[in-house]
Amino acid sequence: MSTIKDMTKTHNWSGQKLVTADHMLFDAPREKHFMTGSEVLKEAVKRCTVDASVSYPITPQSEAAHLIGELWAEGYVGTYFRGENEFGVMSEVAGCAMAGARTITTTSGPGTLRAMENFPQWSGTRIPCQLVLMARGINSPLTIQPDNLEVTFMLETGCQIWYAENVQELFDMSIAAFVVAEKPDVHVPIVTVCDGFFVSHTRESVMLPADDIALFPYEPYKSPLPPIDSETPPGRFLRDPFVMKSNYISYATHASWQFEVRSAVERSRPYAKHFLNGLVHVTGDADAEIAFVTCGTASNQAKEAQRDLAKQGVKSKVIKLRTIRPFPTEELLAELDGVKHIFIPEFNVVGWLEKEVKEALYKKHDAEIVGGPRVAGGMSLPSEAILKEVFEHINVEGA
Amino acid sequence: MANQGPAYYSPYPAATYEGVITPPEGKALLLSDVVDEEVAMREIAKVMLTKENATIFPGPQVLYGFNEEAKKKATLIKEMAEVLNAKMIPMYDYRPKYPKIDAEVEINPNHPNLTIWHNNIKAAIFIGVHCHYANVALKIVRSETDCYTIAICGLSGHEDAMATLRDQHSSELEKFIKIAKEVKAELGK
Repeated sequence: MSTIKDMTKTHNWSGQKLVTADHMLFDAPREKHFMTGSEVLKEAVKRCTVDASVSYPITPQSEAAHLIGELWAEGYVGTYFRGENEFGVMSEVAGCAMAGARTITTTSGPGTLRAMENFPQWSGTRIPCQLVLMARGINSPLTIQPDNLEVTFMLETGCQIWYAENVQELFDMSIAAFVVAEKPDVHVPIVTVCDGFFVSHTRESVMLPADDIALFPYEPYKSPLPPIDSETPPGRFLRDPFVMKSNYISYATHASWQFEVRSAVERSRPYAKHFLNGLVHVTGDADAEIAFVTCGTASNQAKEAQRDLAKQGVKSKVIKLRTIRPFPTEELLAELDGVKHIFIPEFNVVGWLEKEVKEALYKKHDAEIVGGPRVAGGMSLPSEAILKEVFEHINVEGA
Repeated sequence: MANQGPAYYSPYPAATYEGVITPPEGKALLLSDVVDEEVAMREIAKVMLTKENATIFPGPQVLYGFNEEAKKKATLIKEMAEVLNAKMIPMYDYRPKYPKIDAEVEINPNHPNLTIWHNNIKAAIFIGVHCHYANVALKIVRSETDCYTIAICGLSGHEDAMATLRDQHSSELEKFIKIAKEVKAELGK
């Protein structure tokens, strides 16, 4: 059972010393470990003074949800319980967060869609909860392998969306995610995505700070809406069922509310830039005319292709997007200066990233944009496939 | 009806869509310019002292005495209203009003334009309003009125206001009142 103690000004309920996110992410000494994405998410949650976690830990999702349950048993997480299904889980996450709890859950593919109605409701109620989405595609047929089709359904929910390439990024992002989501002028949910199986189930080297430190707790009274609190006067006048009162409000209210949620995502830019060391990361030749625009594990494969092209004397670079919402248009345009050919390798059949890039660059950049190669349903994306796509579209000198 | 503001009826474009976001710590925002806090305070005082029917809209965070800081702020806001020759109309409840609000004496974030139109308010300070409701209201006011909006915020500020101060606690309000008195004397008001 939990060994929860009282919170003090310097230590949390499990006795961990409270530190800032800057200390945790940039200054604290780290040691090398060898872990799966699920295991590393447990380590991140352990260091985040998490009040609540709710899950529907079905097979064959990742182990992450039950590992967070172990953290509750070990006394690191305030409360943990299981929903009846994903819709229930996401609704219960909303309840926890509205009551002022730092809350996390994790899901993937089909569960994401079952819970779908909740995500715009999360952002509309300005809760700063975190969903770790270990993408594995949408039924049917069933896939338990990497495929990030579900991300396309999340794009317009009003949530922030960050994308981790590997286990290390998943650890760092899922800690920073709480801090950015909880900023008073942001305060909308955050979806931290990684590719299922490749990241969730695969063991990699990862550098972790000691587990005797943890983030300061969430301060719900700095929320842009007061938390549910019947004993504190302003709270009584909030959390009224706004949607049920639609007959009594102006249409402008609803429009303004929606723009406000999206404005909140925009306000996350400077914070995300700080904690992620920029909204895009670039590998390869700065003056290349060929660029791969990627996110997640497609970045890894594109980097492999970039190295192969370099061996053949062809300059290229990989521009990895670390945030999808907000979309890093300005940063992408800056990195595309001089680029003539853009390739967008993806782990899904619809090419949602290609659509995002094309929309962002429309009338702003004249490079040819090639949406591909694409794989799905658990197929791997070998660098040879990426090179083939490049050579089919352009005649590169030295190839 | 008042003249239409820069964004006309729809709350679009919101300021963030024009690349304007909340000011960094220690700074303030005047329209799209990041400025020193004192510069913004002087401009706010000048606007409030010179525009027609200047009004302060205090919200629940300063209307209810749930802690000592709230009580202190409330006292300072009364003093601020006197210095600025401003009226006060409270935003005491965020719930939409049925069948309609009394625009003479109250303002509601779901239709703040009604109060501004009714009272012909040309400059207004939002203070003590929870950030989300302030932002929802400011977007509507920005799009449907020609009122110069000012947000004095205890947290990160509001880019949809025409002037915003951030991290404003009782000590900062005392500083603002001092500056407002100076500006008032300069203007001979």
